[in-house]
Amino acid sequence: MSPAPTSATGQDPAVRLSDVHKSFGTNKVLDGVSFDVPRGSVTTIIGRSGSGKSTALRCIDRFERIDRGEITVCGHRVHEPSLDLRALRLDVGIVFQSYNLFPHLTVEENIILAPTAVKKMPKAEARELARRVLAQVGLEEKLHAYPEQLSGGQQQRGAIARSLAMQPKVMLFDEVTSALDPELTGEVLKVIEQLAADGMTMVLVTHEMAFARGIADQVVFMHRGKVHEIGPAAILSSPATQELAQFVGTGL
Amino acid sequence: MNLNLDFSVVLERWPSLLDGAMVTLQLACIATVAGGAIGILCAIGRRSGPPVVAALCEIYVEGIRNTPLLVQIFLVYFGLASIGLQLSAMTVAALALTINVGAYTTEIVRAGFESINKGQIEAGQGLGLSPAQVYWHVILLPAIERVYPSLTSQFVLLMLASSVTSQISAEELTAVANYIQSDTYRAFETYIVVALIYVVLSLVMRAGFFGIGQLIFPRRRRLGTPL
Repeated sequence: MSPAPTSATGQDPAVRLSDVHKSFGTNKVLDGVSFDVPRGSVTTIIGRSGSGKSTALRCIDRFERIDRGEITVCGHRVHEPSLDLRALRLDVGIVFQSYNLFPHLTVEENIILAPTAVKKMPKAEARELARRVLAQVGLEEKLHAYPEQLSGGQQQRGAIARSLAMQPKVMLFDEVTSALDPELTGEVLKVIEQLAADGMTMVLVTHEMAFARGIADQVVFMHRGKVHEIGPAAILSSPATQELAQFVGTGL
Repeated sequence: MNLNLDFSVVLERWPSLLDGAMVTLQLACIATVAGGAIGILCAIGRRSGPPVVAALCEIYVEGIRNTPLLVQIFLVYFGLASIGLQLSAMTVAALALTINVGAYTTEIVRAGFESINKGQIEAGQGLGLSPAQVYWHVILLPAIERVYPSLTSQFVLLMLASSVTSQISAEELTAVANYIQSDTYRAFETYIVVALIYVVLSLVMRAGFFGIGQLIFPRRRRLGTPL
């Protein structure tokens, strides 16, 4: 499948995967994956467990090295050995399924750690920033709480705030609601919807089909390590392939 | 049974006992600080060092963990003497205890490292932290916080084990006791008193570690998580 056309503004896409291959041992996880994520747009990656969707996402932030193909993220050539990893990670924020807030630090300390340690931002300024991003995710009152004192949904919103504090150009979400019950899922999805409304470029791997349909400018359906179907959210209502029809049928 | 205890001749030697206790505490402090540092470095070496370094750290740890402390002390004592280094008994004792507790600390800290979830490390990397920053903020500090109770036990154990250095005439508490009992012929009374002093020293050390823990691990302090 050829890459989707670049955004109407004529800019390069924020993220471009071209014929990406990746194997773990003899297990071929990505088998020629290509898609573009235009700036300011939301792409959701859906598919069965083991379809390669999380791996594709992790390759974008170079948590996995690819065997073949090219990945370009905000001008960083991720597939090249000469990649400036630190610069890539300054432009890309990632949020994981298991939140991964640092347990020994308060929410505020979690948020100011990277801005002060990586960007050398003065502490006072970082604290101000922490308040701002926490307000963005509706968690101002938990500034001085420790992760263990928070619900899963609050922890995940804290993790999103921590990522936002680095002011990334692209945000990656790896099944961020999979560990949450429906009510907590809702509060996290609301935060992500607000980010989308603010124009953040995002790539989400998700099992929440209604959410994927509602938020996505583009849906990537992965099947057996390939992009099986790609298009606007409407493809979920009228799948072109039997596999997607089957997946949506069971997923909704 | 005719138990006839006379503590007076032992207790009137309190200045020597106090000196001995201070030397014991001093040995424990030196070995705790130096051995703690060695332990952390070797744990890092074993986890992330090149294969040669990791192997050397492992040999060190296994070598120490599988030999008696007394033999280690003699090895340091006679080893240094045989290469012409004439160090005081106190220095040799401090050195041997440091080497000993360093190995045990390595194992404890390594267990702490292994308890850190891979996702935590990826979160740190994803935020752009450098490898050294990830090590410090995401691995080392939480790991030490987690194994702090084990470290405390190990260092208190080391303080008690320092009594073995009396064998090379380091002037610590047990050596003082040996001297007093041979002088007064009141062996039982002497060791009762000395045992009580060791109990006090243990409590002092535990209190010290508790205080330090409260200071450097604010989460424990604020949430009241027991150390």
